[in-house]
Amino acid sequence: MRRFFFFAPIVLFIVLLAAMLWGLNSERDPGALPSTLIGKPTPEFSLPDLHTEETVGSSILTDGKPKIVNFFASWCIPCLAEHPLLFGLAKEQEIQIVGIAWKNKPDEAKAWLEKHGNPYRTTLYDLPGRTGIDWGVYGIPETFIIDGKGKVALRHAGPITPDILSKKLIPLLEGLQQ
Amino acid sequence: MIRALFIFILTVGLFQFSLAFGVSPDEMLDDPALEQRARNLSQELRCVVCQNQSIDDSDADLAKDLRVIVREQLLAGQSEAQIKSYLVDRYGEFILFRPKFSVHTLMLWIGPFVVLFLLLGGGIWFYRSRSKGVSALSDKEEQELSDILRVGSEEPK
Amino acid sequence: MINEIGHFALVLALGLAAAQALFSLLGAAQRNLTWMTIGRRAAYLQFFALTLSFAALTKAFLVSDFSLLVVAENSHSAKPLIFKFAGVWGNHEGSILLWVLILALFGAAVSRFGRGLPTTLQARVIGVQGLIGLGFLAFIVATSDPFVRIFPAPLDGRDLNPLLQDIGLAIHPPMLYLGYVGFSMAFAFAIAALLEGRVDAAWGRWVRPWTLVAWIFLTGGISLGSWWAYYELGWGGWWFWDPVENVSFMPWLTGTALLHSAIVVEKREALRSWTILLAILTFSLSLIGTFIVRSGLLTSVHAFAVDPERGVFILLLLAIAIGGSLLLFAWRAPDMKGGGLFAPISREGGLLLNNLLLATATATVFIGTLYPLIIEAINGAKISIGPPFYNQTFVPIMLPLLVAMGIGPLLPWKRGDMAKLAGRLKLVLLLTLFVMGLVYWQDREQLWPMFGIGLAAWVIISALLELANRVGLPKVSVGNAWQRAKGLPRAAYGMTLAHIGLAVAVIGMVGSSFWTEEFIGLMKPGDSQEVAGYHFKLEKMEAFQGPNYQARRAVVTVNASDDGGYVMKPEQRLYPVRKQNTTEAAIRTTFLGDVYVTLGEVQKDGVVLRISFRSLIPWLWMGALLLVLGGLLSLSDRRVRVAAPAAGKRT
Repeated sequence: MRRFFFFAPIVLFIVLLAAMLWGLNSERDPGALPSTLIGKPTPEFSLPDLHTEETVGSSILTDGKPKIVNFFASWCIPCLAEHPLLFGLAKEQEIQIVGIAWKNKPDEAKAWLEKHGNPYRTTLYDLPGRTGIDWGVYGIPETFIIDGKGKVALRHAGPITPDILSKKLIPLLEGLQQ
Repeated sequence: MIRALFIFILTVGLFQFSLAFGVSPDEMLDDPALEQRARNLSQELRCVVCQNQSIDDSDADLAKDLRVIVREQLLAGQSEAQIKSYLVDRYGEFILFRPKFSVHTLMLWIGPFVVLFLLLGGGIWFYRSRSKGVSALSDKEEQELSDILRVGSEEPK
Repeated sequence: MINEIGHFALVLALGLAAAQALFSLLGAAQRNLTWMTIGRRAAYLQFFALTLSFAALTKAFLVSDFSLLVVAENSHSAKPLIFKFAGVWGNHEGSILLWVLILALFGAAVSRFGRGLPTTLQARVIGVQGLIGLGFLAFIVATSDPFVRIFPAPLDGRDLNPLLQDIGLAIHPPMLYLGYVGFSMAFAFAIAALLEGRVDAAWGRWVRPWTLVAWIFLTGGISLGSWWAYYELGWGGWWFWDPVENVSFMPWLTGTALLHSAIVVEKREALRSWTILLAILTFSLSLIGTFIVRSGLLTSVHAFAVDPERGVFILLLLAIAIGGSLLLFAWRAPDMKGGGLFAPISREGGLLLNNLLLATATATVFIGTLYPLIIEAINGAKISIGPPFYNQTFVPIMLPLLVAMGIGPLLPWKRGDMAKLAGRLKLVLLLTLFVMGLVYWQDREQLWPMFGIGLAAWVIISALLELANRVGLPKVSVGNAWQRAKGLPRAAYGMTLAHIGLAVAVIGMVGSSFWTEEFIGLMKPGDSQEVAGYHFKLEKMEAFQGPNYQARRAVVTVNASDDGGYVMKPEQRLYPVRKQNTTEAAIRTTFLGDVYVTLGEVQKDGVVLRISFRSLIPWLWMGALLLVLGGLLSLSDRRVRVAAPAAGKRT
């Protein structure tokens, strides 16, 4: 019994070591924040269309087909890095991408899309940034995959890379589309 | 030191850095009591893009937005708890610097007190085991007694 | 050429550390005097090799030799000389080299000054030091070599992070490392004692001065870091309960406990295995403190460009060093004989309570720091633990500690007399209630300051009363008491001073938390503002050029009825090389608090100024200074300093 107490420190240390070892695995991103929306319907929104200024509501996400919602901005440098991949995604996966220019003046967003091309089926803008906050956006670019019923299936924060695209996004989209 | 370095590198990396210190005059409320509540609440909310800074201290853009939201909602008569749950709905519990008491924070909140009671228990056990000798036995007798006891306890084997 | 010599010396030190460990430990086991002597010599040589290596790196920084990668990334030719020098340890590679240099310094010190120790104990201590050095030198050579070259060498460097270009922060890391690494002595003594299978009063005496040295440096290092955050980060905070701060605070807490429990070992030969455990834990927490920050576990990996290889290496080292010693502890410590009688109402009883509370406090900080990692490992949840958590857990645990601090020193060793104690405490309590009444009279709106300052007063009054009792006051004449006071050991004054220091710091914490007044607002030149009885007027804005930065500042005149008529110039700097800004607060220290002005955003219609009166903050720094002075005074006591060799000769 007495000896047991002397083993307590090493046992506790092994637990700590295990947690630290886990913490070092390369899959883990200490800065990533899990989305609170997974499996839940997207927050309601109504935002002006970047090109037509018509108000668009969240109902556009519930037409039965899966969709991607991508928050971007002209001032966001990593957005440019993922931008080319979005074209491929839209074409090859035949998926509608809804772009939301976050905290971005419409003129600047428009100019940026003209310069770099527009992969979005629908482009909205959220100048005050409140819709983004409703979605729990904390640093753009952020990409959400929405299933046909308007529920959030995945959130990816940070730029999409070819690796993330092929390992995370495409398998999920293919699953949703079947 | 290193903490500050992290904060810097991170803020510089994600946002264009402007020199300010968290809350700025244009956000502040006219009612000093309400403003004080806003400051207090802001200090309990983490700036999710920063390394361990409250939104009250942070210069990040998002922190500013959240400070404004906190003030708007206080003006609209929302309570601190309502505002917190509004933010938790969006950013998760990560945004709270004071984690809610729940199953997975159970050991966090009671842990320190469990340790305290275990150690106090150990201390009391220690005192007891060390005050037995107050009996009339001399050291030599004590030794003899323990020898007898040891022999006695080994006999049944 | 010098860089090559430095690099060679580094590799040589690795070999010497291996020799130091091998010859010392085997020599002690075989009782082979020659081997033990070789081990001792190797400890000196390792220290010289590392000094050479560090000198080479320092030279590279001073002459801005940008062919070295670390210099190019962390220095700049236009940087002031002092910061070129400080830049040596302002980066991962250089700081870890400094770390092992200090370790080798302690190893050489025990070779030099530890002659009075039993030979095998000394050899084992040196051997354990060698093992630690071996591990970390291998880490440097394998993953963090400061002498890596770049070709072609860039024309100029990327400069040191401007936040680090500050005198407080230039000396903060070496102090902290002297503290962290200093605890390796207590650790080595603990391991050696476990190997020897013997802990006695003499062991307690030997451990104490080394632990005290480390504790003094760590106290100074933490205080400097905190002070730096206070004046440099620009919002007047001095402690944020950030993981990086917490990991330096934990060894301080256990180190403080160790200082107290070692006294019990020395005087009563009790609490032996507990003291051994504390020594192991203190250094283990120091290791975790040094390295967790670099492994990217708790703070963002992306920010500090951490090599994943490094993290694994660090973890391996921690596993061997900490796991190995705890295993040895579990194996050998139960066989150590317990001490004598132990009454709860006695000096040793008080010291045990001190240890229990400090251990709980450490556990609280530990849980708060690592819980997010553990819960994330278990169910993926991300939570934040910030100041509100510690205010609700750590602070309540500290309160009884302060109460105990007021009682403990009044207790005699072995067996206290309740009636006598109650008589003394009555006076302390009475005076404390008087102070509390005064505080309440000043601030009737909140009760916390009254209790906080009351507790501090309790500690101070009790410490002074104890000193008075020792010199015989009020029974003897003043002249007689003065004679006795001169005869008291310095260690006694050291303890009193350190206890008072902590209490003074507590007053500073309470005052700054509850009585700080602040104004944040947009001001135009000519505007005035009243804060805490001071009248502030923004006169004008100025711009100027510094050696490696551009700056602008506000000129604010301050007037108050009793203190005033001076100018304050809060500043903002832009360091163009790193494109970073820093803020330089203008601070005027008075007895009751700091007038603190920072310059914020410069807008079209004015500048944002943050003006505050930070109550009693100087008391916090004064308290920290008293803690350090108390430690130094104890260390200067011949009994503490010389007892070790003297006691060694007797055995």
